[in-house]
Amino acid sequence: MEPLYLSEAWRIRELLLRREVTPREVLEAVRERAQAVEPLVNAYITETWELAEEAAEEAERALARGEDPGPAAGIPMAVKDILCTRGVRTTCASRILENYVPVYDSTVIERLKAAGLTMVGKANMDEFAMGSSTENSHFGPTRNPWDLDRVPGGSSGGSAAAVAAGEALWALGSDTGGSIRQPASFCGLVGMKPTYGRVSRYGLVAFASSLDQVGPITRCVRDCALLLRLICGHDPRDSTSLPEEVPDFPALLEGEVRGMRAGVPVELMGEGIDPGVRRVVEGSLRLLEDLGMSVEELSLPHLEYALDAYYIIAPAEASSNLARYDGVRYGLRVEGEDVLDMYSRTRAVGFGDEVKRRIMLGTYALSAGYYEAYYAQAQKVRTLIIGDFRRAFERCDVLVSPTSPTVAFRLGERLEDPLAMYMSDICTIPVNLAGLPAISIPCGLDQGLPVGFQVIGKLLDEATVLKVAYALEQALDFRERPGLARG
Amino acid sequence: MNGWEAVIGLEIHAELKTASKMFCSCDASFGGEPNTKVCPVCLGLPGVLPVLNEKAVELALRLALALNCRILPRALFHRKNYFYPDMPKNYQISQYDQPLGVEGFLEVETEEGTFRVGIHRVHMEEDTGKTIHKSESGRIHGSEYSLEDFNRAGVPLLEIVTEPDIRTPEQAKAFLQELKSIMEHLEVSDCRMEEGSLRCDANVSVRPAGSDSMGVKTEIKNMNSFRALQRALEYEIERQVRLLESGGEVVQETRHWDADANMTTPLRTKEYAYDYRYFQEPDLVPLELDRVFMERVRASLPELPSQRRRRFREEYGLPAHDARVLTSSKAMGDFFEEVVRLGAPPKAASNWMMGELSAYLNAQDLELGQLAIGPSHLAELISLIEKGTISGKIAKDIFQEMVDKGEMPSAIVEKRGLTQISDQAELEGIVREVLEANPGPVEDYRRGKTQAIGFLVGQVMKQTRGRANPGLVNELLRKMLDA
Repeated sequence: MEPLYLSEAWRIRELLLRREVTPREVLEAVRERAQAVEPLVNAYITETWELAEEAAEEAERALARGEDPGPAAGIPMAVKDILCTRGVRTTCASRILENYVPVYDSTVIERLKAAGLTMVGKANMDEFAMGSSTENSHFGPTRNPWDLDRVPGGSSGGSAAAVAAGEALWALGSDTGGSIRQPASFCGLVGMKPTYGRVSRYGLVAFASSLDQVGPITRCVRDCALLLRLICGHDPRDSTSLPEEVPDFPALLEGEVRGMRAGVPVELMGEGIDPGVRRVVEGSLRLLEDLGMSVEELSLPHLEYALDAYYIIAPAEASSNLARYDGVRYGLRVEGEDVLDMYSRTRAVGFGDEVKRRIMLGTYALSAGYYEAYYAQAQKVRTLIIGDFRRAFERCDVLVSPTSPTVAFRLGERLEDPLAMYMSDICTIPVNLAGLPAISIPCGLDQGLPVGFQVIGKLLDEATVLKVAYALEQALDFRERPGLARG
Repeated sequence: MNGWEAVIGLEIHAELKTASKMFCSCDASFGGEPNTKVCPVCLGLPGVLPVLNEKAVELALRLALALNCRILPRALFHRKNYFYPDMPKNYQISQYDQPLGVEGFLEVETEEGTFRVGIHRVHMEEDTGKTIHKSESGRIHGSEYSLEDFNRAGVPLLEIVTEPDIRTPEQAKAFLQELKSIMEHLEVSDCRMEEGSLRCDANVSVRPAGSDSMGVKTEIKNMNSFRALQRALEYEIERQVRLLESGGEVVQETRHWDADANMTTPLRTKEYAYDYRYFQEPDLVPLELDRVFMERVRASLPELPSQRRRRFREEYGLPAHDARVLTSSKAMGDFFEEVVRLGAPPKAASNWMMGELSAYLNAQDLELGQLAIGPSHLAELISLIEKGTISGKIAKDIFQEMVDKGEMPSAIVEKRGLTQISDQAELEGIVREVLEANPGPVEDYRRGKTQAIGFLVGQVMKQTRGRANPGLVNELLRKMLDA
């Protein structure tokens, strides 16, 4: 039998309910594992074992009374350090929030607490979720458990590495341009970005408000469906949250996929995709056909401009969202001659290079005289991309592609080349621009490193995405585990 | 000023009278201990999101409808980005190119006739907090440190921008008074200029009379009263005219009205123009007002000042001037109607309110609501005169005591024994004494100098400390003198 810390969450839940293990035993196993591997991986910014212990004890008491302690109870979870947690510092991996302790829980955390949340730590990430490697962290880079010389992806790299390394059984990330799916892909995990508006953004520290979504990073599709079900749903505190009913995702996993149509956007399978990655993904396409699905290539011509549009829209929103970190009310303050000088010094010291780069990009794109040429134009491109997807979904039930054009790259490899770093999200970014749900599941290895397979669905159709992903996952039977060694 | 014409546009900010703030449920009322009416949302803590206050939309819509605006079927919120320590997010949620209402107008009635001012737009936005500088002057220069109070941050504001249709400082003042009265009648805002719940900036330029061209304008800020608005505009127009007549040029700038120095001075400004980098607020969805909501608000609009003015003329038979003065604020009109409802003849009520009461308010610099008396006091005072219990002259004394102490007039009359003497026998005795004591004027009268009777009436009044019924005194004097 696998060690508890490598188990899928739903299996642990069954064991807990059958009283074959206790929440404390599960927590202890994960804690011991973390003690051993955290120095290698650096998945966490803040560890919260004591809080987790209290949660585990409460779960144990409930179980002892013969009650269900809740679907998240006793299952150690890593939470990306961008979700506000009351009383637990929330840094966004930034020096500017290094000692910031929120006074409220994000809606997602509130919901999970009601379901018995056992949070073991706040996971490392790229500062303010800006990055694709978790190297842009004030708290040092996280390493990929598959090869400690490689990045875990980003920005939710800490969440993914924690789950891959056995330092948590599942995790929450946030995805603005691929920040859940790409690290899930690099770490051989399942990661899902729900439809924009499915999950409340209240308490999710904003990077790009029109793109951000919270989602699960898990070891299997079933865990993903379970966790997704817990965090979805309308929230009156988020005006962009959708009122639609949330389906019982886990119950819908095992439906028939025969006869369903998968589309492969040629723009996401051509140039720029590593041949090794493409080979592995093509293997999965054949598996889909074996499962009775039709697979056809199609073109979404405007995807070509998605990266450009994204790197205007996201920084523009970010430049405004990050304006509040000014040293006046909370977070870092570096004193200056006057208030303007204080702002400059605080922000110069408090933000890292990538954050500054994007604030500058966004400020420029919104400036008088440039707005029409950049921001307005990017919004038009966004509309065209939404149209491309809508047309594609008239013919297809899902769209599929690689999650990332490459497997995990080496630490430092792309730090000096922001454009190469940005390219790492070309397959995931269009999905955020269109607000669609998409999942990444591991579909094989290339050079001994996991390759992610992306399934994109129609708006609000997470159920179909999960069903296809589940069918493929069963067919693939991917059982590789990371070695926690240097490559 | 001869040969010149001013072009004035106003930008008015009014705090909406909602119980809670625009995007959170914090108390929106004025004042309070600093930073006690705050929450994560209005403090702009990381991760918070705005949720639009429906009541604020309703109030804004009321005013937009009353100002005859076209209501946009899809209004948008934008972020206005700039750094300021009292702005928690360093952007203000406001409206930009698709505000709630556009293309409205307001007709303002004055003694000189009616003029019409176009309303460019009516839009909603959130207020900022308040910075308190710790220095001798209370200004930022030389201050040791500054404190921030966020109680006001996020209070809903309405911005009303007029077209440049105003031509004189008097018109500007009349417009603002009418707008204030409308907002009061609609119960949209408290309109307290001294608390900052009503603020007005002006754009002003001058041009040769009859010209269609536009001169270079300046923006005037810090006008905290109607008087300040008028005086600041008078000053600024004269300044611009003098500049141009002496061959100078008006510089486009923002100027600060200094009420003590009675002049406008340029605000220290940066070399660069502000670039607010407006973009659509991604945390809010477009505001699409459905027809049912709109019609409900339209149907619930209360009587507007112009309608009330007409009704006061028709229902109470008041002259136009009276009707205008009494509807200049909602409180005034309400007070008047209550006095009348309690039985006072409308014209008598109007005279008292426009005369003694207004004079008192002006002298004491008070609002109606701050008075120690209510409509029942005035109604009773008028009724005492009507019934002949007191004379009009005594009534003025009683009025003073009444407003000073808040006592009912009947109580004052009783306490001071001020009841009018209308008893013929009692007065006859006094008249006889006066005639005996003043043989000279009596002689004068009988010789045909009938105006001497005035002196004799005065003597009777003096004897009775003003309590004698003057009509009856006159009657008795004539009867005895002519006998």
